[in-house]
Amino acid sequence: MIRLKETSAIAQLRLPTLADCTLRVLPPVRITSIAPYPGQVEALRARLGGFPAPGGVVTLQGTDLVWAGRDLAFAFGDDLPDGLAAHCSMSDQSDGWCGFALQGAGAQALLARRLPFDLRKMASPGSARSVMDHLPVLVLRRASDRFEIWVWRSMVQSALAHI
Amino acid sequence: MRLPCPCCGWRDLREFTYKGAADMLHRPALDDASGWDDHLHNRTNPAGETRDLWYHDPCGTWVCVTRDTVSHAVISGATLGEAR
Ligand SMILES: [Zn+2]
Repeated sequence: MIRLKETSAIAQLRLPTLADCTLRVLPPVRITSIAPYPGQVEALRARLGGFPAPGGVVTLQGTDLVWAGRDLAFAFGDDLPDGLAAHCSMSDQSDGWCGFALQGAGAQALLARRLPFDLRKMASPGSARSVMDHLPVLVLRRASDRFEIWVWRSMVQSALAHI
Repeated sequence: MRLPCPCCGWRDLREFTYKGAADMLHRPALDDASGWDDHLHNRTNPAGETRDLWYHDPCGTWVCVTRDTVSHAVISGATLGEAR
């Protein structure tokens, strides 16, 4: 059987050099969108071991549950318990997204020039949906000086140009 | 201009799409012809406090925003569930 190699859509692109920050491409990861059915958030929280509030990130064993919109979370990682389908609609988003990690003392200031919301108030860890110029993005803050920017893979070249 | 999203907090206008007056939330009865005429075509255009509907594109929340057309103050934002 032919075994396809997992490659990020940005693996071939040249990354810009930034003053006091490093920008790198994140390896592909399994992303599952989890949209709770009406009234099922508590049941889902019990089954998963947590469910993120707006702007939140819940770290489970091997998987991060990231708030990704109104009544929506993305699971980053492979480990999801069975029996979720009764409580939520799930879909595989893995190859729809590409991520960059931006790290450095000036990372927040650099992103503040590109994102139209107040990064000083963003929690760490935390999650936000926004736009980078006109591109929809999911921003994860992993530490005070470390961000991940996830964009639709079809727009990744434009996102790089904006950064 | 910044608007309050019930999920995300105060966000820049660039993240929102405008829909129109919050009157749209209240549909007239099916057989109320003049009610439908008002519903579809007639707006009050108040000088002062007004409510209108905005969509917060990044997170997918419809927001009913209360603002003042005289002072330009943006007063509050509610989900449509709360606003109805
Ligand atoms: Zn929002």
